[in-house]
Amino acid sequence: MDTLKRLVSRYLLRYWRQAVVTYLCMTVTTVTGLVVPMVIRNVIDVGLAGRNPGLIDRAALIIIGISAASAVFSFGQRYLHAWLAENMAYDIRNDLYDHVQHLSFAFHDRTETGQLISRCTSDVNAVLRFSGWAIMQAINILLMTVIALAVLFTTDWKLAAVSILPLPVVAVMAVVFRQRIRPIFRAIQQQFAVMTTVLQENLLGAQVVRAFAREQYEMRKFNVEVDRVRRQRLQSIRYWVTNNQTNIFLFSLCTTLLLLYGGPRAIRGELTVGVLVAFSSYLALLAGPIQSIGEIVNSATEATAAGERIFEILDTQSEVADAPDAVEAPQFQGTVAFEGVSFRYSGREPGRVGPLTITDVSFEAAPNQTIAVVGSTGSGKSTLVSLIPRFYDVTQGAVKIDGVDIRRYTLESLRRQVGIVMQEPLLFAGTVRENIAYGRPDATDEEITRAAKVAQAHDFITAFPDGYDTFVGERGYTLSGGQRQRVSIARAILLDPRILVLDDATAAVDTETEHQIQQALAEVMVGRTTFVIAQRLTTAKGADLVLVMDHGKVAERGTHAELLEQGGLYRRIYDLQLRDQEEQLARDGFGAVADGEAPRTRPALGEENGYGR
Amino acid sequence: MAGRRAAKVPATQAVPAPEEKPAVQRPDQVDDRYAEYDPNVARRLAGYIFPYRRRLAFAMVLVVSASALSLAGPYVVSLAIDEGIVAENWSALMLAVAGLTALNLAAWRIRVKQADILSRTGQGIMYDIRTQMFAHLQRLSMSYFDTHEVGRIISRMTSDVHVLEDFATWAIVQVVNDTFVLFGIVGVMLFMDLKLSLLTFTVLPLMAVGTFIWRAKARDSYREVRQAISRINGSLAENINGVRVVQSLVRETLNFSIFRGINRHNLNMNLYASRLSAIYFPSVEFTNALAVAMVVWFGGREVLAGNLTEGALVAFWLYVGRFFQPIRDLAMRYNSLLATMASGERIFQLLDTKPDVVDKPNAQPLERIEGRVQFDDVSFSYTPDKPVIQNVSLDVAPGQTVAFVGSTGAGKTSLIKILSRFYDVTGGAIRIDGQDLRDVTQESLHRQVAIVLQENFLFSGSVLDNIRYGRLEASEEEAIEAATAVGAHEFISELPYGYHTEVQEGGAILSTGQRQLIAFARALLADPRILILDEATANIDTQTERLIQQALRRLLRGRTSFVIAHRLSTIVQSDVIVVIEQGQVQEMGKHQELLGKRGRYYELYTLLNSRQRALEEGIG
Repeated sequence: MDTLKRLVSRYLLRYWRQAVVTYLCMTVTTVTGLVVPMVIRNVIDVGLAGRNPGLIDRAALIIIGISAASAVFSFGQRYLHAWLAENMAYDIRNDLYDHVQHLSFAFHDRTETGQLISRCTSDVNAVLRFSGWAIMQAINILLMTVIALAVLFTTDWKLAAVSILPLPVVAVMAVVFRQRIRPIFRAIQQQFAVMTTVLQENLLGAQVVRAFAREQYEMRKFNVEVDRVRRQRLQSIRYWVTNNQTNIFLFSLCTTLLLLYGGPRAIRGELTVGVLVAFSSYLALLAGPIQSIGEIVNSATEATAAGERIFEILDTQSEVADAPDAVEAPQFQGTVAFEGVSFRYSGREPGRVGPLTITDVSFEAAPNQTIAVVGSTGSGKSTLVSLIPRFYDVTQGAVKIDGVDIRRYTLESLRRQVGIVMQEPLLFAGTVRENIAYGRPDATDEEITRAAKVAQAHDFITAFPDGYDTFVGERGYTLSGGQRQRVSIARAILLDPRILVLDDATAAVDTETEHQIQQALAEVMVGRTTFVIAQRLTTAKGADLVLVMDHGKVAERGTHAELLEQGGLYRRIYDLQLRDQEEQLARDGFGAVADGEAPRTRPALGEENGYGR
Repeated sequence: MAGRRAAKVPATQAVPAPEEKPAVQRPDQVDDRYAEYDPNVARRLAGYIFPYRRRLAFAMVLVVSASALSLAGPYVVSLAIDEGIVAENWSALMLAVAGLTALNLAAWRIRVKQADILSRTGQGIMYDIRTQMFAHLQRLSMSYFDTHEVGRIISRMTSDVHVLEDFATWAIVQVVNDTFVLFGIVGVMLFMDLKLSLLTFTVLPLMAVGTFIWRAKARDSYREVRQAISRINGSLAENINGVRVVQSLVRETLNFSIFRGINRHNLNMNLYASRLSAIYFPSVEFTNALAVAMVVWFGGREVLAGNLTEGALVAFWLYVGRFFQPIRDLAMRYNSLLATMASGERIFQLLDTKPDVVDKPNAQPLERIEGRVQFDDVSFSYTPDKPVIQNVSLDVAPGQTVAFVGSTGAGKTSLIKILSRFYDVTGGAIRIDGQDLRDVTQESLHRQVAIVLQENFLFSGSVLDNIRYGRLEASEEEAIEAATAVGAHEFISELPYGYHTEVQEGGAILSTGQRQLIAFARALLADPRILILDEATANIDTQTERLIQQALRRLLRGRTSFVIAHRLSTIVQSDVIVVIEQGQVQEMGKHQELLGKRGRYYELYTLLNSRQRALEEGIG
């Protein structure tokens, strides 16, 4: 109830004027709808019985007049109600969209993407259905029932009492039916999803299916699921139809009762034919709305649940937000300092404190230096660098740029000067040009091309049929992982950030592509403070400072050469990574080449080691 | 120099593969156009209904009788009024009431029965079409999946089939029913009073014309609405998926204003649709009221003149109220018929797709093979003008391991695809133990040739199920044995439910390396004579990498193997290294020989080693 109240007060009340007009229109429509049977009754009892042709003519005119008015108000009611509901949905969607995109990374980490999307789509639809149809229908039923029953009971209370007997039964049945059909529908949806999954896997794994000649097996598997869908749907249709038809029969009982009890009384002259006709017409008017009671209850339940989930999102405060006294960041020099930084992820369940992911990390990077962060999976590398653009806020200590705590700056001004290339390059539906200019939509074509060239992306982009206007993203032209990564690098370059964070940009590509990407990165890193994460130690070689992360702590630090000499963790990772290849090289007598026999590919090797400057 | 070459190769390579795809489509284009009525599609659809014709005919008889019963309702009411109440005949009244009750009771039972028959028919047809489509998909060649999006295929089999169900069952019967009801009302009214009915019928053309205008407008506007909402959903999904990029590039304000525009468009489209129905329904109600007024005015006079009974007047009033529904239903059915045509067309398009690779009529099953593989001057192209493989000849003895190396896009993947007979060669022949691949059945071929691909696709189900996918009848022990042999046993045992742990969609709980090991176990269990393997190239953590290398050795042992190799260890240990460049064999031989040549292999090998070398220089 509270949720519905919030929905109404937050989203409906702002349109209270339109709402008032809507409900006025509705009242008029409902009332005029109830007038016609009364006119007919008058025609039969007074006009026909009293042989009064003038009254009959008037009645015909009244019917036309009333219906014309009813039509006008009915238009008003229908249109305005849709207007209200759609505007509410429009507002809710806007609120959700803007709120969600400002929520912190921590929120998005713990929230499943699919669920979040469904909240923004199907939950909004549930609210829309409720506010657009259910509220109107509920008020309509209430008005109609009250007025119709009042008329019926004042006209002839005994006849009314007898003839409406089936109605409460129908009402109860409608509610019960809704409760029972819901789990059935849910089960169908689930079964349908199972069927779709089998289908989807069969299509995605088409090569595997063929490779193992499993077509027959797959067909049996699929047929079983399709058959289940069929059975469940049959069950639900049968239930649905039985209920519907039973309702219709129960309604017809109203007329039966009316004639059974009212007929003899009419013969005795205790009531008129006109009354009987008006009664049966009133009862027919009540039929539809009463059947929809179940649907209304259902819609209200769904809207409540949906509203709760919507407000749960809207009520979530971003963990990372501008401080009240935040200021615009000035143009950075590029000194980045971590001072006693510790960090823990907020748990899925609020209140539960997880372990520290980063423990007491301190270091300082001078402007234009390159800092390499290495370590095994889960050692905290990515977390560490994601503190710089404030994707997360530190739990303890401070990250300072040019000596100022970054929490003093507005997020926007900070992030504009920190470029980031992520592990999984994500492009948006749009042209290549739009994607490169994503962070700077005002960039000129020259700037875009320049960025693409630096990122080694220009050549393959121009090879596309539509060049920079090639449409990429879902359903668009498929780029390889390496191509996507280079577009995302171009995107970061275009911002011309003072500080650049490269989060294992080559994790998902093959060796050859990795080589190209590293070449691209080497150029990009010039003249910026750069943080680079990599699995492969080659990356670390040219860095000014290497941080070896282990369980959230800086286990070792120094240059590549220093660290190798130390013979610690870095040395061990190095050994493990290269032992196989070294052995191989030794076996081939290939070591000789490395020792300076100068093969013709030699000049390329300097470039190869992308970070050596 | 090497760097430049490497940078260029994928660039040119990237073009041919996606070229096969359908033209680029903006995501906001929703695939739900309406086709015109197509007799061909209709005839084929009728073919699916045909097996159920008896049932359907029976249902039609039922539906018509139920409609007749409910049509009789107002007439019986008029009898109750005239013969019972007005004539003050108690028994006639009771007879009419009893008759009315019986009518309603009968209509109730008949409609339930009829719906039961119809839904069985509809669900039966859906089942038939879905299973037929699925079976057809199993026959289609891999080329189909290279060029068709999975999401689209799925929507053919879900939403398009669903549209068909509606048509195949409810629509046909409903059309018959509505027509019957409409003519029934007209008939009964004519029978009751000719002049009054003709007068009231004047509103019918008004209603019909209005309805058909509305139908066309409503159809277009609903399509707009669907497109608008799908754009909203698309935009939402994209922003949520990419929220990290959005925030890091500070795009929030701009994105929000774009979204507001899309949202506003949706609002406007919906309001337009609402306006249409807000005009249409009250207009129909008003037209209806006109008819009622005519009944009252003219009918009332007729009653006064003694030409019409009171009961008949009431019955007229009730019948007039029933004009509208069948007219509107028929109009809606017309829309759904057009939608059905479009869906049917798409479904038949899929069913009509011929597999590129088909068994010859006289294809023989491949007997137990030794594993000798010959490429005899093989050429291959996806599109006629762009050769991908040219004049490749190889002779591989049973048990040998062949490594294919070359730059990205050189044709390695195409080579193993034609060897797996996912595609047929366009020139020359591939022979296994002397038999042309095209002369044997695909099934028998794939039972002895296993393929392990980069993606390591796993199905949802347990780890055990996935390993057993290679040989369904294998026992659990055999599966575990295979897993142990490839070194996967250890991590599988550490999973929450061991071998019975459910692999989530796409294998999410497993790392890339682990998925690959399971794929190896799957292939090992199948124990093929010939193994085709595309080595994964994504970075894998060091420890798993070592496991995989050992597993590979175990997997390749004792069978003829073809490997697209990226690992030095795999390449060096193979019996024959084939260097492919631009679809041709550039060099072939053993590792040491090829190194000695200092040709393309030497170059590639150097490239692969370069980083280690750079490191060694660092140490030195």
